[in-house]
Amino acid sequence: MSATAIFLNIDDEHVVPVLQEATRGLDGAQGEMVLDFSSVRRINSRALRALEDFTRVANEKAVKIILRGVSIDVYKALKLVKLTQRCTFVD
Amino acid sequence: MINSEVIKERIQIPLDADTLPSERIVYLDGLVAQARTAAAVFTQFTQEDVDNIVKPMVLAGLEQAQHLARLAVEETRLGVMEDKVIKNMVASEFVYNYIKDKRTVGVIREIPERNLLEIAEPIGVLLSLTPITNPTSTVLFKSIVAVKTRNAVIFSPHPKASRCCSEAVRVMYETAVKHGAPEGVFTCVESPTLPDNAYLMKHKDVGLIDATGGPGVVKAAYSSGKPALGVGPGNTPVYLEKTADLNAAVVDIIVSKTFDNGTICASEQTVVIDDEIYDAVLKKFAELGAHICDDKETALLERTVIDPQTGFMQPMAVGQKAADIARFVGISVKPNTKLLIAPIQGVGREHPLSVEKLFPVLAVYRARSVAEALKVCVEVNHAGGLGHTAVVFSRNEDVIRKFGEVINTGRVIVNSPGSIGALGAVYNDLVPTFSFGCGTGGGNSTTDNVNIFHYLNIKRLARRTQNHMWFRVPNQIYFNMNAVENLRQFTSRCTIVVTNAPLEQFGHVDIVRRNMCPKTHVHVLVIPDAEPESKVIAQGVEVLNSYKADQIVALGGGSVIDAAKIMKLKYESPDADLEYLAAPFLDLRKRVVVYPTEKTNRTRLIAISTTSGTGSEVTPFAVLIDKEHGRKVTLADYSLTPDVAIVDPQFVMSMPKGLTADTGVDCLTHALEAGVSNYASPYTDSNAMQAIRLVFKYLPIAYEHPRDAEARCMMHNAACIAGMAFSNASVGVNHALAHAFGARFGVAHGRANALMLPHVIAYNASVPTKFMPSPYTQGYVAHKKYAAVADLLGLGGHTTEEKVQNLIASIGRLLDQLAFPRSIAELGISKEAFEQAVPELAKTAFDDPSWRSNPRMPLMSEMVELLWKAYEGRGASKIASASQP
Repeated sequence: MSATAIFLNIDDEHVVPVLQEATRGLDGAQGEMVLDFSSVRRINSRALRALEDFTRVANEKAVKIILRGVSIDVYKALKLVKLTQRCTFVD
Repeated sequence: MINSEVIKERIQIPLDADTLPSERIVYLDGLVAQARTAAAVFTQFTQEDVDNIVKPMVLAGLEQAQHLARLAVEETRLGVMEDKVIKNMVASEFVYNYIKDKRTVGVIREIPERNLLEIAEPIGVLLSLTPITNPTSTVLFKSIVAVKTRNAVIFSPHPKASRCCSEAVRVMYETAVKHGAPEGVFTCVESPTLPDNAYLMKHKDVGLIDATGGPGVVKAAYSSGKPALGVGPGNTPVYLEKTADLNAAVVDIIVSKTFDNGTICASEQTVVIDDEIYDAVLKKFAELGAHICDDKETALLERTVIDPQTGFMQPMAVGQKAADIARFVGISVKPNTKLLIAPIQGVGREHPLSVEKLFPVLAVYRARSVAEALKVCVEVNHAGGLGHTAVVFSRNEDVIRKFGEVINTGRVIVNSPGSIGALGAVYNDLVPTFSFGCGTGGGNSTTDNVNIFHYLNIKRLARRTQNHMWFRVPNQIYFNMNAVENLRQFTSRCTIVVTNAPLEQFGHVDIVRRNMCPKTHVHVLVIPDAEPESKVIAQGVEVLNSYKADQIVALGGGSVIDAAKIMKLKYESPDADLEYLAAPFLDLRKRVVVYPTEKTNRTRLIAISTTSGTGSEVTPFAVLIDKEHGRKVTLADYSLTPDVAIVDPQFVMSMPKGLTADTGVDCLTHALEAGVSNYASPYTDSNAMQAIRLVFKYLPIAYEHPRDAEARCMMHNAACIAGMAFSNASVGVNHALAHAFGARFGVAHGRANALMLPHVIAYNASVPTKFMPSPYTQGYVAHKKYAAVADLLGLGGHTTEEKVQNLIASIGRLLDQLAFPRSIAELGISKEAFEQAVPELAKTAFDDPSWRSNPRMPLMSEMVELLWKAYEGRGASKIASASQP
């Protein structure tokens, strides 16, 4: 099982392009994908929508999504849009 | 002129959204999804973040006030443009002024004295239904309040005000997002329909419905199964009382009723005027531009502006000018007429104009008295205006207050315009709003002016409170041999010595007499040597009254001292109802019953104990026998505590061996139960431990060598010290069981305690089946406290369990030394007789308040088990070691 790690910058504006890139990268992915959120302080509406798209595609392709270092504030936002059930979280 | 296209508000919104096409459902789901995402993002915002968004929104609202007002009038053809500008500005500026410094994120209030923090939690997605009458101002208000509270809103405007509302939403949205609000924070349903609303109201991701509109909209919101704020119709009664400032009142009413052509639901509907000023008031109305209708004109209005079928106002008249309405109806008025005033003779369907009229037609009623005026106002209030708004003009404070009491509205506006007054912050200090809570009368859950705090879930973080505890004992305690000499210092004109016959025969009374203050007149009251009954108390009180006693000396054991306590209570407070005062309670500080503080007589109670066990000389308890009903009445209050206790061992030197043993074990049980009690404190612990130490050391000596003065002295002190411990920490399940068993089988109290004691210790030292809620203790510590007792006594043991077992064994040896029976069976009580009694014993014990401070909550089945262990005796007192906490 191969694992791919994608690191997101602290700048919220980069979350969306990186997620879009990651979504495209799911085409060839297998197993699981790790996204490092430890630098993300706050997530905005576009980023949430991008993450929704990303997790939807990942689920379709049976790729396991692991989010690393998600702050509790971001986690709560993910929880409210029901994204937590689609991902695995690690510290 | 008349807007006949206004949608009839009183329409039921079907909650069945099945008629929606699938593409419409996709559209509505998309709106909700946007709002849900925005709400999720919003949860990450700080107070500073939202405040930085709110202020520009408010400024945008002010800048666009005229533009939006013009759009609203053009689209709805209701109201007055200039007034709608004011509404928009109030919705922005006045609301901002109220909310700007208020915390709505994170901790919003700290209440240190109650150890509470209030923390704001946003609701999430709100569905906001906005009315045709106040369309843009309501959007401005709700947008600003929603951002301040970090909520996203889906606006569903009245279909006939959708364009102006959409524009207001656009203005607010663009400003908010520009300043950092989450995308999708506001959305507006395009071309909203009733099925749209029905679908959204039931949507799983909508957290709250805030519905402002007609009764149909509000009812639908409340029926949706979602939390809802609903503001519906009112019917504002006004009482214009004869002491009012008439000039001011008439102007205020005109200002209010003509404001935006009467579209605010808090505006005046029927003015009830005192007979004495009626004509003058109407004259002033006419002078200021109102038209006073004659009977024929009133009848015309009734037939035209009120729907004869429903009894409600005709929508076509809503928000129209008075002159236009008059023209339509066929009443000739001056062109600039502000208001049509129609005298009515009553309230109800026979008087059509007594209902809500959201246009400048005002009913007036001539009242012959204050009583009649209030009654008519109540009638108007109940004719569709419950919970909403009422107005009174008066200078008579009694009238104003009475009006407030009899009228059921969330807002009672005094000497100011109803509509603008109810909006708040203009004429008064009410919270500014465009959403009036109407209480249960209006089908609402609140009577508040809705604002930020209704858009929040307020969480209360409640820290464990360090409860105040207490340690209350007599003011003075004199102890050791010849302590009775201290009696001399208490001056008294007349002292009643309460005692019993044996003690008098022993010469104890003479000792007391000799030590009294010389000039004291002493009268001796000899009572039976048994727990006191009502008759004895009554006789004692009679003696106290006849001698006008100012001091009581209780010389005896627990029964005598208890009797004296109750005599004092009844002497000082003759109306005290002992039955009432004995009402059950859980926490002494929160008890319902309060002992009397008003006193007819005042007297000092000095208790001299002649046994070493009950501790009654320092306790706040007294037991009375109710022979009529065959039961004991237990009184407990610190006011019963004697003023002075004298613990002089000379009075116990001649105690028989059996009594020495019984009272000594009672003392030990007091100390052990107080030690593990849920009310135990460091103050009571020190007493309990000391008493236990003294009992173990001196009780065997006092028992074997009754004339040993040191042993007698120390046991006497031990009883008093244990009394102080359990006076403040109470006892436990051991006493509850012993009370029940002792009373049923006539076994002495100390002996009954002894039979239960080893088993109760083992029971309390095991993991409770059910823990007792106890704010006074941290964790379960009974087993550790028993172990500490074992350590104090030097009983050995390495583990807590071993120490507890050693304590139980040590108590067993002590009881053997005292020649106590170690099982109920040894008392000669047959198994059959005991078996028959057990269910009732368990019930009685469970009713006994003693166990309420026990560390472990005793289940009824466990009480039965403990009783059987006591019946079987030796070897039955193993603690549940494997599961010890």
